[in-house]
Amino acid sequence: MNQKTTTEILIIDDETSIRKILEITLQSYGYSILQAATAREGLQLTATQSPDLILLDLGLPDESGHATLKKMREWFGKPVIILSVLSGEDDIIAALDNGANDYLIKPFRTGELLARIRSALRNALQENEGPVIRLNGLEIDLSTRTVKKDNELLKLTATQYALLALFGRNVGKVLTHQYLLREIWGSDHVDQLQYLRVFIAQLRKKIEKDVNYPEHIVTESGVGYRFLAGSN
Amino acid sequence: MQDVFITPFIGSRIGRPRQYLLSILSVCMVSAVCFLFSAYIGVEVVAFMLLLTLSLIAMFFDILPVLLTALLSALIWDYFFLLPRYNLRVGNTEDRILLSMYFVIALVNAVLTYKIRQIEKIARQKEEKAKTLKLYNTLLNSLSHEFRTPIATIIGATDNLLEQPGRLSGDDSKKLLTEISVASLRLNRHVENLLNMSRLESGIIQPKKDWHDVHEMILSILHQLEEALAGRRVIVSIRNGLPPARLDWGLMEQVLYNLLYNAALYTPPGTPVFISATRFARELILVVEDDGPGFPEEEINKVFDKFYRRGRIGGTGLGLSIVKGFVEAHDGTIELTNRTAGGACFIISLPSCFSVEAAQEEYVS
Repeated sequence: MNQKTTTEILIIDDETSIRKILEITLQSYGYSILQAATAREGLQLTATQSPDLILLDLGLPDESGHATLKKMREWFGKPVIILSVLSGEDDIIAALDNGANDYLIKPFRTGELLARIRSALRNALQENEGPVIRLNGLEIDLSTRTVKKDNELLKLTATQYALLALFGRNVGKVLTHQYLLREIWGSDHVDQLQYLRVFIAQLRKKIEKDVNYPEHIVTESGVGYRFLAGSN
Repeated sequence: MQDVFITPFIGSRIGRPRQYLLSILSVCMVSAVCFLFSAYIGVEVVAFMLLLTLSLIAMFFDILPVLLTALLSALIWDYFFLLPRYNLRVGNTEDRILLSMYFVIALVNAVLTYKIRQIEKIARQKEEKAKTLKLYNTLLNSLSHEFRTPIATIIGATDNLLEQPGRLSGDDSKKLLTEISVASLRLNRHVENLLNMSRLESGIIQPKKDWHDVHEMILSILHQLEEALAGRRVIVSIRNGLPPARLDWGLMEQVLYNLLYNAALYTPPGTPVFISATRFARELILVVEDDGPGFPEEEINKVFDKFYRRGRIGGTGLGLSIVKGFVEAHDGTIELTNRTAGGACFIISLPSCFSVEAAQEEYVS
C-alpha cells in the first residue's frame, strides 16, 4: 500500500511529558512516532507525512481539538483516537460525531491504549475487505444481506439488519446514539433514544450468548455503543 | 437593558424607613404645589400629577411604601381637592366614581410595577447563575487538565516500566523515571497550592513569626528551584547588613517560591531573574523581577484573583492569589508593575519586620 515498513503514529498534544511517554511506549512496541505540540503543526504533519493513525488531544493551545479534527477529516481518512482530560459526555460525543474513531480519557492504562490502537488499525484495513464480516461465531454478509450465528441463519427485520450491518462495518468503533439514529431512522429522529434502546435489546437477544453480559454490542454509557468481535 | 436592571437595586439600597419617609414627603410636596395653583388647575390635573408621582415612586421603591403612597395620595386628593373641600366626604356621584377610579388605577400601577421588577430580578438571577456555571466549568476543566496530565504521565510511564522488565533500553527507562519524577513534583505543587488555598479560604492562617535571615531564606528557595531555573542568571541583591526579619518562614518561602517559579515557567528560557531584599525603616521590601513579556496592562489588577490564568497558558491559577493571601496574612502589601525595560516586577512590603533598635541603628551608623 505504501513504502513505509512500520506503522507511523502522529501524536498531537501540547504536553511535552505526555508526548515523551507515548513516544517511548509506542516506539518500544514497534511503532514509529511523529510529534506535534500545536494544531497547526499537527495538520501540517498529517498532510505531509500521512501517518497511519493519529492520537489527538482536545485541549491544544492554538485551537480546540474539535476544530482540528473537523479540518483533518475533510481529507484524512485514517483512524484518529482522541486523548483528553475532559471526561464530559458532550465532549466525547462531539469528537466522535466529528469523525474520531475512538477516545481515551487521561489518565489511561497503556494496555488499553495499545488495544485501542490495534483495533483502530485493524478496522482501517478491514474497510477495504470483501462483503462478508466474520466475527467470533457471527457472520454478516453484506452482499446477500444475511446474518449467520454459529452457521445458523438468523431472522432479522429490515431495521435490525440495517443496525447490525452498520455495527459490522464499524467494529471496535464507538458509534454515538445520534449517529445510529440518524443513519437508521433519519435526521428527524435523532432524539428518539427509545427506538434505539428497543432495537438494541432485540439484536442482543438474537446475537449475544448472554444478554446480561453482552460481548458484541457493548454500552458506552451516555455516549453510544461499541461493536466488538467478542471472545471465544 | 442596563437601566432596567439597575432600578430594582435602588429600592434595596435605600432602607425601608427612608423609603416611607421619601414617599410621604414627595406626595405632600406635589400636593402642596398643586394646592397653591388649585385656582388655575382642575381636580383631574391634580389626580394625574399624583398618579405620576406614584408611578415614579413605584419604579424605585418596595411594594409597601408604594401602597402607602397610593392610599395617602387618594386621601389627600379627596380631602384637599375634591368638593366639598377639607372633608373626606364626596359631594356628587361623578366625583365618587373619579375617586374610586383613582384608587384602583393607583393600586394597579403599584402592583404591576412591582411584578415587573420581580420578573426582572428572577431573570437577572438566572443570568448570573448561568455565568457562574460557565465560569465553574472552565475552572473545572483547567483544574482537571492540571491534575490529570501528570497522573496520566505517571500511570503511562509505570505501566511501561512494569511491562516485561528488560524490554526497554536503559536510556528509555531512565527517561521514563525522569518523567515520573517531574510529574510527581508538579502534582505535589498543585496539591500544595490547593491546600494552601483552602487554608486561606477558611481564614485560619495565623503567621508563626520568628526572627529569620532573609538572605538564607532566599538561598534556600533558589536551591529548591535549581532545576526550574537552570540556564538562567539569578541576580540576588541583599542590602548590606540587613538584620534578621520577623516573619513566618514557611509562608514567605511559599510566596517567593511561587513568584520565582512563575518567572521560570512563563518567561523565555535563559532570561535573567532578579530578587532583592531591602529595608525601609521597620519595613521589609522584597522585589522579584523578570525579563519576560510582563502582563497586559488591562489584566494587571486581575492577576491576584483566584483562578486567574494568562490566556491559554496552563496552571491552576492559584499561585499568585496564594502569594497575595500570605503577604496579607503578614499585614503586608504586594504590587505588580511592568518594568519600563519589559518584564514583570512584584514589590512586596511587610511592615514591622525589624526591631525598633535595628531601625534606629540606621541613623547612628
